[in-house]
Amino acid sequence: MDETRPVKIQVRGLSKVFGKQPKKALELRDQGLKRPEILDKTGQTLGLSNISFDVYEGELLVIMGLSGSGKSTLIRCLNRLIDTTEGDIIIDGENIPTLSEKALLECRRRHFSMVFQNFALFPHRTVRHNAEFGLEIRGVDKAERHQIAQNALTQVGLDGWEDAYPNQLSGGMQQRVGLARALANDSTVLLMDEAFSALDPLIRKDMQQELLQLQSKMQKTTVFITHDLDEALNIGDRIVLLKDGEVVQIGTPEEILTQPADDYVRRFIEGVDRSRILTAESAMRPVRSTARESDGPRTALHRMRDHTIDSIYVTDRDRRLIGLLEAESASKAIDAKSETISDHLSQDFRKVSPEEPLHNLFAMFGDKSYPIAVIDEQQRLLGVVVKGAVLDELARAGEQQ
Amino acid sequence: MNIPSIPLGDWIESGLTWLTSEYSSVTRAISRFTQTGIDVLNDSLMWLPEWALLGLIALLCWKQAGVRLAIGAVAGLALIWNLGLWNPMIETLTLVVFATLVAVVIALPVGIAAALSNRLYRLIMPILDFMQTMPAFVYLIPAIPFFGIGSVSAIFATVIFSMPPAIRFTTLGIRQVPVELIEAADAYGATRSQKLFKVQLPLSLPTVMAGINQTIMLALSMVVIAAMIGADGLGSEVWRAIQRLRPGDGFEAGIAVVILAMLLDRLTQSLRKTRRS
Repeated sequence: MDETRPVKIQVRGLSKVFGKQPKKALELRDQGLKRPEILDKTGQTLGLSNISFDVYEGELLVIMGLSGSGKSTLIRCLNRLIDTTEGDIIIDGENIPTLSEKALLECRRRHFSMVFQNFALFPHRTVRHNAEFGLEIRGVDKAERHQIAQNALTQVGLDGWEDAYPNQLSGGMQQRVGLARALANDSTVLLMDEAFSALDPLIRKDMQQELLQLQSKMQKTTVFITHDLDEALNIGDRIVLLKDGEVVQIGTPEEILTQPADDYVRRFIEGVDRSRILTAESAMRPVRSTARESDGPRTALHRMRDHTIDSIYVTDRDRRLIGLLEAESASKAIDAKSETISDHLSQDFRKVSPEEPLHNLFAMFGDKSYPIAVIDEQQRLLGVVVKGAVLDELARAGEQQ
Repeated sequence: MNIPSIPLGDWIESGLTWLTSEYSSVTRAISRFTQTGIDVLNDSLMWLPEWALLGLIALLCWKQAGVRLAIGAVAGLALIWNLGLWNPMIETLTLVVFATLVAVVIALPVGIAAALSNRLYRLIMPILDFMQTMPAFVYLIPAIPFFGIGSVSAIFATVIFSMPPAIRFTTLGIRQVPVELIEAADAYGATRSQKLFKVQLPLSLPTVMAGINQTIMLALSMVVIAAMIGADGLGSEVWRAIQRLRPGDGFEAGIAVVILAMLLDRLTQSLRKTRRS
């Protein structure tokens, strides 16, 4: 990972003890005792122990762990809904654990918006008034916060629902309101506490995709908590893996999958590792649209627009794959008054056979946004594999275990 | 063995005597103030012709709770009018409304404080138990030296007896606000008072209203008892019927109390339901 990116939040040596004698618990911890022994000896629960990590500006950092791993405690320490026992949390030069009550309020208003697992919408407020909440608290005047909340609701696709009450909405829509409330607040950091865990699987996938889209537009620094590896792999730029209140591994999804730090992580991703026997065929989707080599550039461009894609695979009369046309090249072809697109094709794409193991595909994507083409022995285009589909398949394999 | 009995009664009596003599100016001022309030409310309600007040109440019922309650209100109040119990009914209504107002004005802040402070909560709850379980008659005895015979003493006793549910329900309502909503308010940087007025109070409103409803019902149940120390109203009609052994008159006044009770109950409950929960 690029270590020179600007750091938004610095967490250093963060620990949290639940109980009345935290010092004692930390002493035992320093002597090398673990959570269960400390609980036995002192009655204190070591919630988090010596956590350090950075959150980079604009990244989506996933903190993932099973229940009891301390992930919910950790996210609540970030905005001090829970007081920490020791350690620093530095955001833009301010150390959150040492802030005064007043400075803390100010810090929360400026830096943090939070989305909750069970939505935590105010049932007595309309959708609009929920979305306005953060602004209202900050004393933004009525007309302005009205406008901002409206924009946020539009962004999450809730136009027309402004005057409804939360109990009139489905779970997915309620969480959109939760998201709008967070976006309207325009804080520098978005905290999402198991934000999609209460939604059913299909809606959850949609919400993940939408979050990724929003994220690519806004580049908001986001800390996302989840217990679901699939979700973590799908949306995380980087993942912090927690176990029993300690950090086990920090890395990109690829790093976690390919270089698990220890047996715990290995066991964790075992389900995903099953994917080594899965093949490209299982994740393949039919091609939505292709172009013919004899097509004119305008036709090809038109098709791309119709399907909102920015590149299109080009085949010959027998559906043999001969190249990839990017929207940009198509525009150039139009400018150059070319009759056909055949002179403007690119060969810079990946093609695999249907038998290709899925985990190999994962590395192939790199920074390319084109789907991988799946072809048979005669070079005929069978379908394409997009990055999300690989993760879906990996996740499904994990669930079947 | 001869264990001397503890002179608890003596202590309380001398305490009350001391209070009465020491604070007689205060109690007299309160008494005068309250009496004026009662008189103004009473007189203005009685100044209205019966049919006008009846119409107003029916309209209120219709707006708040619908046609059925409005029809019930008209029928019930017309019956009371017909029985010649209109003025006692107004006096009772005044007493109940006034006592409830005083009780709520005290109960809301106390209930809120008890919800927010655990120490206060532990202090207040046994006091409420005491207030509610002590036989209501007992409050009448100190009320007389404090405020003299009449409506003010009746209101004093009624307030003490009927206030506990309003406090309890307020406390309960605020404590029942889901933790995650409190967390949400905190996470967005709400101050204590913002949290109270934008989240905790609005969300506890239905419960608070239920408490106020209970307070009204308890206040109404005190009217007959209050008549024993000279409060006017339907209670004194009942009391008179008892003394003269006239069951017919007693039931007439009793039915008027029931009608008033049902009316107030349905009306306050509908207030509660129109709030969105």
